[in-house]
Amino acid sequence: MIEIRAVSHRIAGTPILHDITTRLPEGRLTALIGPNGAGKSTLLRLIGRLEPLQAGRIRVAGHDIATTPTDRLAQVMAVLGQQTLIASRLRLAELVAFGRWPHHKGRPTAADRAHVAEAIRTFALDPLADRFMDELSGGQAQRAHIAMAFAQDTEWLLLDEPLNNLDMSHARALMARLRALVDRQGRSVAVVLHEVNYAAAWADHIIALKDGSILAEGAPDAVLTEELLSRLYDAPIAMGRHQGRPLVLHHA
Amino acid sequence: MRILPALSLALIALMLASLTIGAAQVDLRMLRQDPLAMLVLVESRLPRMLAVALTGAALSVAGVLIQALVRNRFVGPDTSGTAEGAALGLLAITIWAPASPLWLRMVVASLAAMAATALFLAVIRRLPAREVMLVPIAGIILSGVVGSVVTFVAWQHDLMQFVGTWLGSGEFSGAIAGRYELLWIAGGAAVLAWLAADRFAILGLGDSVATGLGLSVDAVMRLGLLAVSVVTAMVVTTVGMLPFVGLVVPNLVARLMGDNLRQTLPVVALAGAVLVLACDLVARVVVAPYELPAGLILGVLGAGLFLWLLHRRPAHG
Repeated sequence: MIEIRAVSHRIAGTPILHDITTRLPEGRLTALIGPNGAGKSTLLRLIGRLEPLQAGRIRVAGHDIATTPTDRLAQVMAVLGQQTLIASRLRLAELVAFGRWPHHKGRPTAADRAHVAEAIRTFALDPLADRFMDELSGGQAQRAHIAMAFAQDTEWLLLDEPLNNLDMSHARALMARLRALVDRQGRSVAVVLHEVNYAAAWADHIIALKDGSILAEGAPDAVLTEELLSRLYDAPIAMGRHQGRPLVLHHA
Repeated sequence: MRILPALSLALIALMLASLTIGAAQVDLRMLRQDPLAMLVLVESRLPRMLAVALTGAALSVAGVLIQALVRNRFVGPDTSGTAEGAALGLLAITIWAPASPLWLRMVVASLAAMAATALFLAVIRRLPAREVMLVPIAGIILSGVVGSVVTFVAWQHDLMQFVGTWLGSGEFSGAIAGRYELLWIAGGAAVLAWLAADRFAILGLGDSVATGLGLSVDAVMRLGLLAVSVVTAMVVTTVGMLPFVGLVVPNLVARLMGDNLRQTLPVVALAGAVLVLACDLVARVVVAPYELPAGLILGVLGAGLFLWLLHRRPAHG
């Protein structure tokens, strides 16, 4: 479980998050949704200790992120921020292999190599394994980074807008893979999603943020209502159903 | 392509050439019968060969480190204020405590180099990340500013000839036994960097990735800063700063082999030693029996290589 207690955050004086207190349940796929600037990425980055915590407390699987050594946290959670342009000339397989670094600190074992090979296979990156990262497309690089986080093989996996740059089939494949991680391996996943229908189709638990506060949280059927989504996005939204899951209709 | 064996062979050949070429005749096969040749070899040729190889190797590794710290390929320890910082430190201790022991001068030079490089890092943190070319420009400007302070202070105190040996193009004719050994410290700093190669490779992937993998970004930054500053300070003190080595060699190796530093750093070190040994040999041969500073040859060759790199890879930074 991830416990967030009284977390507030400011960036350059502007308040981004106000007094957030919530829980991300264990063994579930949690989606963070909300309009641009709602603070969902900031909240995920705070949990993943990519930003220093200014106020409040966060505990990940019992580890207080403010006091636990960062290398210990890397064995408990893998976190992937949004990708920025990196000029590093690593081969794809070398990048994914660094996902095992928190476990072996430079002395990879056969088990580490097996994890890396599996992560590369899972994301269908075998044909690209020897390519340099700066020779890949945006979507391929994105998948490589996700494979690295997978290879880290931690109890918690945190992904900030992982569907960026991915086409429909790769986006669907990633969500299915996250689902399998939760259902078959009992892992816990938290993911910031821009497109609310991916949350509707795949998530167990949804946290809806607006203007730095939690507007609603709970199961998809409870959160994804016409009234609440219209309020969340300040736009008229209709709801339908598809294969027993909510379907958000925002085409006006 | 077998880069490592080819470079090793080139290194051995250049080392032998470096030992045998010069004003005095040294025949490696006749050493036992020739005490004078032995003296020349042990007191002059061998120290010079080692000084050149250590300088080339250590400066190239320092180049990789500074490029990983700033995540930009177009900087080197000669364009990040580091060398000028070391010179400023040496100047300060020469003026205020001229009788201080050598170790203290080295510590002061290293600390000053570190301060100047830290200033460079602080400056570029404020630059927009997408403007790849602003980083080297900022480095060149900072080097110029610190360098002009050095020149001004040295001029005031009539110490310009020292500044010439520190920051003028590197020159190895003074590297004899007893006057080059500090460079082993530079070599040691490079080895230390290699032991932490994975950390620097991960740092090059950005703060978020590095933090996510459990790396303390600040600690790795400090380690890199220390290694770059110590290497540069030792080189500045003993032979004077060499241009382009720390910029060109890491780029050439990254083009061919990538940035998996655990594998590439030994190649970078070898290639740096080979390049500077070759330049030093040329400098000793072209106007024999006189010689040119090796840095002069490097300046010409390095500028050409750098232009080629810029031309070949305009977009990737």
